[in-house]
Amino acid sequence: MRYSGLRVIAEGLLGNRGWTPAWRDPEPKSDYDIVIIGGGGHGLSTAYYLAKNHGLTNIAVLEKGYLGGGNVGRNTTIVRANYFLPGNQEFYSHSLKLWERLETELNYNVMHSQRGLINLFHSDGQRDAFARRGNAMVNQGDDAILLDREGVRRHLPYLDFEQTRFPIYGGLLHPRGGTARHDAVAWGYARGADRRGVDLIQNCEVTGIDISNGRVTGVRTTRGAIRARKVGIIVAGRSGQVAAMAGMRLPVESHVLQAFVTEGLKPVIDHVVSFGMGHFYISQSDKGGLVFGGDLDFYASYAARGNLPMVEHVMEAGMTLMPMIGKAKVLRSWGGIMDMTPDGSPVIDRTPVEGLFIDCGWNYGGFKAVPASGWCMAHLMATGESHAVARRFRLDRFATGHLLDEEGTGSQHNLH
Amino acid sequence: MRLAGKGLIDRATTVGFRFDGREYSGFAGDTLASALLASGVRVFGRSFKYHRPRGVMTAGSEEPGALVTVGRGAAQVPNVRATVQEIHAGLEARGQNAWPSVGFDVMAVNDLLAPFFSAGFYYKTFMWPRALWEALYEPAIRRAAGLGALSGRHNDEAYEKAWAFCDLLVIGSGPAGLMAALVAGRAGADVILAEEDARMGGRCLAETGEIGGRPGADWAAAVLAELEALPNVRLMARTTVTGAYDGGTFGALERVALHLAAPAPELPRECFWRIVARRTILASGALERPIAFANNDRPGVMMAGAVRSYLNRWGVAAGQSVTVFTNNDDGYRTARDLAAAGVTIAAVVDPREEIGDLSGGLPVRAGARVIDTVGRRGLREVIVADRKGQVSRVPSDCLAVSGGWNPSLHLACHMNGRPVWNADIAAFVPKPDMVPGLVAAGAANGAFSTRACLAEGAAAASEALGALGRKAGKADLPEAEDDMVRLAPYWEVPEPRHRAWLDFANDVTTKDVRLAAQENYRSVEHMKRYTTQGMAPDQGKSSNVGALAILADATGRAIAETGTTTFRPPYVPVSIAALGAGGQGDGFAPQRFTTSDQAARDRGAPMIEAGLWYRPSHFPRPGEPSWRESCKREVEMVRGRVGVSDVSTLGKIDIQGGDAARFLDLVYTNTFSTLKEGRVRYGLMLREDGMVMDDGTTARLGPDHYLMTTTTAAAGQVMRHLEFVHQAHCPGWDVRMISVTESWAQFAVAGPLARELLNSLLETPITGAAFPFLSCGTVAVSGVAARLFRISFSGELGYEIAVPARYGEALFRDLVSRAESLGGGAYGMEALNVLRIEKGFITHAEIHGRVTAFDIGLQAMVAAKKDCIGKAASTRAGLVGPGREQLVGLRPVPSSREIGAGAHLFDEGAEPVSANDQGYVTSVCWSPTLGGYLGLAFLQNGRARHGTRVRLVDHLRKVDVLCEVTSPVFFNPEGGRARG
Amino acid sequence: MRITCPLCGQRDRREFTCYGDAVYADRPAEGAGPGAWDAYLHLRDNPAGETRDLWYHEMGCSAWIEVTRDTVTHEIAATRLLAERGGARPSGGGISATKKPRGSGRGTRT
Repeated sequence: MRYSGLRVIAEGLLGNRGWTPAWRDPEPKSDYDIVIIGGGGHGLSTAYYLAKNHGLTNIAVLEKGYLGGGNVGRNTTIVRANYFLPGNQEFYSHSLKLWERLETELNYNVMHSQRGLINLFHSDGQRDAFARRGNAMVNQGDDAILLDREGVRRHLPYLDFEQTRFPIYGGLLHPRGGTARHDAVAWGYARGADRRGVDLIQNCEVTGIDISNGRVTGVRTTRGAIRARKVGIIVAGRSGQVAAMAGMRLPVESHVLQAFVTEGLKPVIDHVVSFGMGHFYISQSDKGGLVFGGDLDFYASYAARGNLPMVEHVMEAGMTLMPMIGKAKVLRSWGGIMDMTPDGSPVIDRTPVEGLFIDCGWNYGGFKAVPASGWCMAHLMATGESHAVARRFRLDRFATGHLLDEEGTGSQHNLH
Repeated sequence: MRLAGKGLIDRATTVGFRFDGREYSGFAGDTLASALLASGVRVFGRSFKYHRPRGVMTAGSEEPGALVTVGRGAAQVPNVRATVQEIHAGLEARGQNAWPSVGFDVMAVNDLLAPFFSAGFYYKTFMWPRALWEALYEPAIRRAAGLGALSGRHNDEAYEKAWAFCDLLVIGSGPAGLMAALVAGRAGADVILAEEDARMGGRCLAETGEIGGRPGADWAAAVLAELEALPNVRLMARTTVTGAYDGGTFGALERVALHLAAPAPELPRECFWRIVARRTILASGALERPIAFANNDRPGVMMAGAVRSYLNRWGVAAGQSVTVFTNNDDGYRTARDLAAAGVTIAAVVDPREEIGDLSGGLPVRAGARVIDTVGRRGLREVIVADRKGQVSRVPSDCLAVSGGWNPSLHLACHMNGRPVWNADIAAFVPKPDMVPGLVAAGAANGAFSTRACLAEGAAAASEALGALGRKAGKADLPEAEDDMVRLAPYWEVPEPRHRAWLDFANDVTTKDVRLAAQENYRSVEHMKRYTTQGMAPDQGKSSNVGALAILADATGRAIAETGTTTFRPPYVPVSIAALGAGGQGDGFAPQRFTTSDQAARDRGAPMIEAGLWYRPSHFPRPGEPSWRESCKREVEMVRGRVGVSDVSTLGKIDIQGGDAARFLDLVYTNTFSTLKEGRVRYGLMLREDGMVMDDGTTARLGPDHYLMTTTTAAAGQVMRHLEFVHQAHCPGWDVRMISVTESWAQFAVAGPLARELLNSLLETPITGAAFPFLSCGTVAVSGVAARLFRISFSGELGYEIAVPARYGEALFRDLVSRAESLGGGAYGMEALNVLRIEKGFITHAEIHGRVTAFDIGLQAMVAAKKDCIGKAASTRAGLVGPGREQLVGLRPVPSSREIGAGAHLFDEGAEPVSANDQGYVTSVCWSPTLGGYLGLAFLQNGRARHGTRVRLVDHLRKVDVLCEVTSPVFFNPEGGRARG
Repeated sequence: MRITCPLCGQRDRREFTCYGDAVYADRPAEGAGPGAWDAYLHLRDNPAGETRDLWYHEMGCSAWIEVTRDTVTHEIAATRLLAERGGARPSGGGISATKKPRGSGRGTRT
């Protein structure tokens, strides 16, 4: 069933009884060509593009809980293409272009809002670093504007320019950066994949990966064994646990990242604002809540919840940067499980096991990558070759030294 | 309507306040809700989606509808619960989410369009045409979103954070909590009793039942008097415990001054507490839940327990003709209490057929149900259908609803625990050990009778005391009712003729939940996100269980199987200003000042941030319109005469011990065990992954005594690293280290007249021969033992002199005045940066964390014959070779063309796109010494390209210029000036 | 969240900096091959359960501490000084004791 404004009106007049399920609830078959482990943003987009771009539909997505219940389900929803290292630049640039036509592609309003993202800087040195980044973005064909202090003030008059601890020297504006509705993205891809014949199997936890003669033959699950020619591990913070089922150790450490939303407020913040010195970033959702967050808690965790020290640090950063948000009340805090890598950049690659592929290591930046990671992972699984824009996301790059370290903090997982 | 002779308010103290522009008055002890209800106000706000009028439904922080804005200007606070805000003289509040007023709101047109605004409608539309999404649809959605508004002005009120530690934290001061605090307090434990309400006592304040033979409120007052007198018990009223965290840590928000008319300015509005408790008792009571039926959201429809609270605690009859709709025995208490106070009970509607002997003279209709209400801006009629379907209209201005009670177990679930469904009371209850060290007692634990609450509170305290190694005394439990509250689950009236509400704030109805199920958003998490049920300011406190029940029914599952969503902090919303107290303005991070800071400011130097430090940018002199002129003069002054600069911020680490030299060999790439006493050496330090971590000089001050310097930026990182290498890799070595960055004030004295200046100051003059380049030693300055290092970051004849920090300011002032008398003076960061770029010296602009020794041309500094941190990883294939970007110098052609750091480099004639990217510029200056712009850059295979040209493109600043690639050492490459 | 420093007692998490997995303390011996270094720097067991990681008491006594804790519940089972782990370690580049370690062994105090 196709969604549209006319359909909303028509169905509304008929008591809304005509809306059909967004996806089926099929029983898992015992055999598929491809099994995707993980029904989050990346798993669902991979399944979608396997069907859409490569015509492969004998596919199952196995999700241990409910679709989109992982990091895509609790997300600060920033969508941007402001990376500067070759290897990252082209990938996120491609992803942003896919975002820009995603509603039409999926016939699902993902509420992609390109309201502009501003990275603030607080010293000449930081400005130079952002200039390097902004020029890289323009070299890539994307958009960047270097703002001085007054330029920032015109966009963000509510910042504390007078008393903030780290005075604002200026900012890098990424006009096409913005946000999107995270649940809608997961559901849009799910519905799209399902319509094309992909089986979405929820409440199905993978408990083992079958390997024979160095080649994957299938998976064991809480809903039975499933044979498959190809298997993709796309489980973000759980990558280590699932990869261990294939006897693999990964360059991944799972960490908790906290994020926050306030009660709904009338519009007051129109951009995405990033305050690097305070490790704080904020935007306002279409429901009115201020959505913001900061750094990891810094200790490895699978608890999907964090502690007060980082909560308070994030709030303090908000207060020094934009004290007008002081009277807003934090409504809810949450935490996710981030798959952190030693250089902060992801992996989309084969594994040493034939037929077994992995998409992981998104640290806490996986949301903006949902379209392109699916696109590229589908390409890899379907053709056996890395897609051009993801060819540097190698699993072995840490061993070979071909690192993609945007932060420059080195091989320490919790520093990215 | 206020009733005489009822309530615990202070009728002797009248309080005037304003709501929506009109004057009202109430009594001390009133909340905004109770005072306005007493005055007959019915509409407090508008719901989120349909803008339907909203009145008061509850008497606590769980209030879903009566959200108002309090205050004006920068003090304006949106989304205040009228049920929590105590009135005070001068309080000003107004309704939200309505225009022009909550009484008449044009956006109520949304209600007429409700069929088109069903759950998730926005996912199915607003997509076309694409341009209109950002231009029209989204702005409209955003303007309609949200309830209250921020003022947009900086917060200027005080907020605080604090710590408290105790043996036992008791959360909630109702019967269970009071008993627990009493038992534990009498046993001598350190107890904190936290209560969200302004007044302690919990439901003792709302019920007429007796405890220990007297009114519950009196019993509570007596217990509180005893607790107050105990020195080991701390009572914290107006304090909501908001979150449970690891290690027995709880977050709590205290409303310190929100109820005061004229608080002292330094008194914080709110205080966010971190309470660390060895044991905790959750005695947080229970929250009543509604029943879903057609038009159950009108002002005047309230929770039955709240109606009782308004009557008994505030002396307010919420209506003159009250109907009660209840599926359980507790609702009858409301009817009885109202009737005893002289309020007309229009009907008691109970869907249960068998109600036993509850009626007691009340107009009970058993087996009946409420199927609709009338009265958009205030209830007028309740439509009732009896067991045969016979419909009657009951004139009524207040409908007190009770669908049962939900234990307030949220805090117990903050650490990933899930509650269990108890079918006997049709509610979720906590399990043991959901939070280590926390037990639930009383209604929070699903025990609803007063006697059971008292008993559980005492038992929980005894158990906690045992764990704390104390003994509980005998606890006499007072007499109290011990009735079984019978209940028949009744989540919705079947087949409502109009919309039946679940979430009153976000306007989620039973239809929406069924639609979610119809569209296969079947998991409770999907339903919640799709419909937004439970995502409003009340976070589903009244709607979660009802919505779950509807979903279970719609998907053919039991409630227990359908499960709950996740409970997360904060239990009630907490202001960012409280959580972030102390962070505003300068408070966010420490400020570090050098000893010369005041002297620099005295000279008019603008101070700039270098991490947490403040350092002078330049020292302006008359006739210098900008930093450029000052900087030029300072550079020329250093190269031609002498300059003085404060370099105290660079890290200084004192390293001593028999194995100190060996330790330095391990952490540096080059060899330090060959360094002689009285000598200094430049060292390169790698991270274990082979990248350059830092560089600096290390001086050997004695046989086993070294002083390492680091850059300002990396001082902390290096210190941490050295401690790690020692403690992890060679703990048995005889080496100790300590940071002395702040113990010594250190100044650079640089320029051809540097030695002359120093010799005018030193007790024993030095010569060039006796104190050659890269020497160090102890000297005396005016009787103070100082350290002198002959090192140069400027490339000129240079020294650094260090004195104990307490002499720093005096020494700086002295050095500068001597320099000035020699035709020189102080110089700042701008000049320091120019001088070092001219010499090709690197800073963290170059060693930005992705750079190897090979990249900066220092691969020869990695000694072949010894191991060092980072050596192995630095040989990885990706870290060496012509593909690497290598440090070079750049001179634009002509050199007067301005260039900037951050520009990228391309082959001459190549298009400036990513595919052709050859490198980037890290540092730039205009050099007075060479009369043009200079840049340091990283260029692919740069060292092989000296003498060639590259195209420098800076899209952001519109610069496109050819540059000559050179060695990074532009000036005096043989280094004679420093060595002279 | 509170961590027991063996020297200072129970202190708030804010006083500590977390580095990462305890494997960082087992530096490959001099001459170890690239595989050993790749494992040391990058590969992690990353367990959902008991793990050992390394924390630095930066706002306290500067001790490096090995903390045994559970990554699912955050419960801390034990802490000990890194410097007093004792036991054989591969000596790399001559990393071996020249003198006896000073001080007595210290483990977790409540």
